[in-house]
Amino acid sequence: MDIKVHVRESDDDAYVVELGGEIDVYTSPKVKDAITELIDQGHYNLVINLEKVRYIDSTGLGVLIGGLKRVREHGGTVNLVCTNPQIKKIFDITGLVKIFGIFDDEAGAKKALA
Amino acid sequence: MNAPEPSVDHLGTVELRIPAKPEWVAVARLAVAAIANRLPFSVEEIEDLKLAIAEACTICIQQGAGIQMIDIVCDAASSQLRVDVREDRYRKLPDGSPKRPSMMAVEGEGLGIFLIQALMDNLEYNVDTNYGAQLVMTKRVGA
Repeated sequence: MDIKVHVRESDDDAYVVELGGEIDVYTSPKVKDAITELIDQGHYNLVINLEKVRYIDSTGLGVLIGGLKRVREHGGTVNLVCTNPQIKKIFDITGLVKIFGIFDDEAGAKKALA
Repeated sequence: MNAPEPSVDHLGTVELRIPAKPEWVAVARLAVAAIANRLPFSVEEIEDLKLAIAEACTICIQQGAGIQMIDIVCDAASSQLRVDVREDRYRKLPDGSPKRPSMMAVEGEGLGIFLIQALMDNLEYNVDTNYGAQLVMTKRVGA
């Protein structure tokens, strides 16, 4: 079980958090730390790329929701990149498709931040 | 652990006991996926099972301060898989007793319980601070 977290600045003033692996009760604190650190540094427009994520549970969803709530307090937003049908299904079931912008590619997610 | 009553088309019962720690939840998830593979579930149904079992284990961990182990009993039949997930300290609440779920369980439970209900065909659960947590869920093949 592993989680890979890679943060990079995009050329259009947004930050991209690229995640890979499995996000569950064990690994989600690492994701939370990365998102919290960005927000603490004043970055409120985030793209979280889930393309390489194989699995996510409610603790992972909780981290994403927490991040979205915090950036919205500062007028920012979080857009997601997600193409895995099983993960998309989880967002559908929970109704989170209505509160997150979910895109098929990073370019679309970044463009929607602008 | 009490093994569930075998059904007519009962294939077997598998019991698994994991430490009640986050790093062990993936083991439960993968073990149940391997058991589900013995039945004619689709790949999507197995993914549903994996998530539901992980959510149940997470609820036990978050609910049960100081619990040591989680017991998982999988009862495989030709047409369904029934999974019983419970804290090792679980005792059945006396009839009529008010439940006392911990605040952590209430906050974390919402999404986890909701997901299990959505992904499985049946769910019965008891979550109580003093009596522990038990979640019994069933997934039917092709339902």
